[in-house]
Amino acid sequence: MNRLVKNALASRLMRSVTILVSLFIFVMIFVLLIKSEPLLASKSVFELLSSSSWHPSRGEFGFYPFIVGTLAVTGLAMLIALPICFLCAIYVAEYATGRVRGVVNSMIDVLAGVPSVVIGVWGVLTIVPLVKLVGAAAGEATTGYSVLAGGIVLAIMVFPSIISVSQEVLRSVPVSMREASFALGATKWQTVKHVVVRKSLPGIIAAMILGFSRAFGETIAVLMVVGNVPRIPSSIFQPAYPLPALIANNYEDVMSIPLYDSALLFAALLLLLVVAGFTLFGRLILVRLQRRSV
Amino acid sequence: MKNRRLEERIFNALMLASTFIVVGSLLVVIGVVIVKGAPALSLSMITKTSSGGFYLGGAGGILNAIVGSLYLISASISLAFVIGLPVALYLNEYAARSKLADFIRLCLDVLYGVPSIVYGAFAFTLMLILGARASLLWGIITITLLIIPIMIRGIDEVIRTVPSKLREASYSLGATRFQTAFNVIIRQILPGIVTTVLLALGRGIGDAASVLLTAGYSDSIPTSLNSPVATLPLAIFFQLSTPYPEAQQRAYASAIILLGIIVTLSLSARFCTSRFSKFMIR
Amino acid sequence: MSTIAKPHIRVQNLNVFYGDTQVLKNVSVDFPRKQTTAIIGPSGCGKSTLLRSLNRLLELTDGVRVSCKILVDDVDIMSDSVDVTNVRKRLSLIAQTPNLLPMSIFDNIAYGPRVSGMSWWNEIDGIDRMVERCLRASGLWEEVKDRLKEPASRLSIGQQQRLCLARALAVDPEVILCDEPTSALDPVSAQHVEKQLHALSMDYTVVFVTHTLRQARRIADNVIFLYMGEVVEEGPAESFFAQPKSTVTKAYLEGAFS
Repeated sequence: MNRLVKNALASRLMRSVTILVSLFIFVMIFVLLIKSEPLLASKSVFELLSSSSWHPSRGEFGFYPFIVGTLAVTGLAMLIALPICFLCAIYVAEYATGRVRGVVNSMIDVLAGVPSVVIGVWGVLTIVPLVKLVGAAAGEATTGYSVLAGGIVLAIMVFPSIISVSQEVLRSVPVSMREASFALGATKWQTVKHVVVRKSLPGIIAAMILGFSRAFGETIAVLMVVGNVPRIPSSIFQPAYPLPALIANNYEDVMSIPLYDSALLFAALLLLLVVAGFTLFGRLILVRLQRRSV
Repeated sequence: MKNRRLEERIFNALMLASTFIVVGSLLVVIGVVIVKGAPALSLSMITKTSSGGFYLGGAGGILNAIVGSLYLISASISLAFVIGLPVALYLNEYAARSKLADFIRLCLDVLYGVPSIVYGAFAFTLMLILGARASLLWGIITITLLIIPIMIRGIDEVIRTVPSKLREASYSLGATRFQTAFNVIIRQILPGIVTTVLLALGRGIGDAASVLLTAGYSDSIPTSLNSPVATLPLAIFFQLSTPYPEAQQRAYASAIILLGIIVTLSLSARFCTSRFSKFMIR
Repeated sequence: MSTIAKPHIRVQNLNVFYGDTQVLKNVSVDFPRKQTTAIIGPSGCGKSTLLRSLNRLLELTDGVRVSCKILVDDVDIMSDSVDVTNVRKRLSLIAQTPNLLPMSIFDNIAYGPRVSGMSWWNEIDGIDRMVERCLRASGLWEEVKDRLKEPASRLSIGQQQRLCLARALAVDPEVILCDEPTSALDPVSAQHVEKQLHALSMDYTVVFVTHTLRQARRIADNVIFLYMGEVVEEGPAESFFAQPKSTVTKAYLEGAFS
């Protein structure tokens, strides 16, 4: 075949595939929306999101406890992870020697590859009993399956992504800028604090937002340690029921209860929209802050 | 002046502590799993399937899950690669720096962040609509959808590191875009492609949420695309959920096996990088 | 302008290695007080390295080995007991391409004093006046006085270099070190910067590296000629350019190599 014809054909084909792939996100939203429609027709979105009564067999689908559960676990995980990741990234990028950096980064890469089911197994073995002990010490009777357990496990899962992206951002600060600071008599710490971190802030914030987004959708590890009780948790030692766990635990029953399938797929749609929103938000912040900073 | 030093010391301590926490958590996770699972690790785990009373503590192994996962991931990776490589090439060689490319990358970013449970739920929806049952085929479809964004992003990032003089050289010799893309660019990024594929493999083989809803589970090795298939993550999950301690022990052993596969993949990624860089221009 | 007076800076036996390569060989030079000294020579023969060893910035680069004694007012600044951040304030460096800090124009200048203990928050602490003084000394005040809080990156490159000059003055140095201060600038900006440097030598000891002989002829009081990491000739500018002693110097001045 004539190579010019080949070229034209190939580019047409590649273009179509590319466009199809990128439009896929809209297909997903569309399909989930269609399937959620029966539920949305019978009750208003506001009612669904604010009601706490979850009794599928009675036709009651209040998502509020699950939303709270998701936010509680994710929020706690970020509270734990953000300071740790921030400090660790600065240390590894700015202070550690080349060998230490290599070793630590390899370990972070390995941690990134550990599947969520294995972390869940570990969580059941280690964290759940730990939480039970701590809860007892704090005066709360708990089985250990709790928001706290979920938060800890989730935090460990997001460590790698936040740290590696933050490191990249820190190391991209030009040498000349650091030199300028040193030449004016600043110490290493002052240079890191006032120049390197300051210049990297937009990138680091974007990394944190993306980390939050990842944490939001993580399913299996959290499911295994969080308790899965459809009630609003009264403290971090109480169990919760995040949205992903809701879907994963109940998909088998969708055919037996009317509207159940719509409800679960509505939950999936919610997850999708929230995560998509965060991704867009993170990108937006990055663009905006880069335009304004120096 | 004293305050400066104090502040610096405090932060140094905090930074070190944070690094220890991160490194420590990895060591603790792997350590506990290995310690707990080693006793139950035996050759029969990887050579026998889980028929009979396996989940009640009886004999058997997870060969069905190992083979199932391998079938699943090989098909998914191949599909994802065939679809993903042209897209990544198109974004960089044909549509580079256009508004279209920006929009596409944005969509891909969103897809990259979608949780695996949502991919599973989406595929599940299609199964409901079409009246299909959980099977190897649907597992393949779900995992392929899951890893396509990972594949594209990985290859995209590598292509972006290709120096423009490489393209210039090719074009000034009269090559078409297609020829440049498939003969020059690919040769240059081969190590990067291998790394991306292996990383996507690791991601796909370890994911439970997506196959939970779509691939089903089975005690035997699948014989056709329509049969349900066992996967390693789900094998671990189900074994853990039984009340029998022997079965739970084997869950930990299965976790070691899964970890071993993934760590091997990561290490191969690094090794392959050096082997495939024969033609690279640095 | 007596040359019999004690030099401000005295370098003794400076040897610098990048890995296994020796870049500076047994360099011993003097820099007279409150005069302008030019370091000239062909590219790659160690001029910047010499400059950067003066304010101990060189030791921040990986793989560099430095050994020498550098006496500033008879105190060896290379010794371990000396506070290196203090050294860098007394000998302030301006780089070849402007290296701005990610802050506003005002904050760029205030940075130096702030890291050495001046308050970060108190605007009334005389910081305003100091910033104005430095900007006037570098000839930039009129152009930026209305936009001190804007990001420094919005300035033109010539203005940026003058900002770096103002910033260097803010730490109240005794010596100003300039690494090819005008080579990245257009002729008009270059002229501005040169003029300011010349004016500053009334109050500061100025050392600058240049690869344009004409610049050295214009503003230098003393010249050091560096070739292949060694000092070939040094001395007052007049006699250096009029009657160079070494054949290598003669060849360089005639443009045989650059």
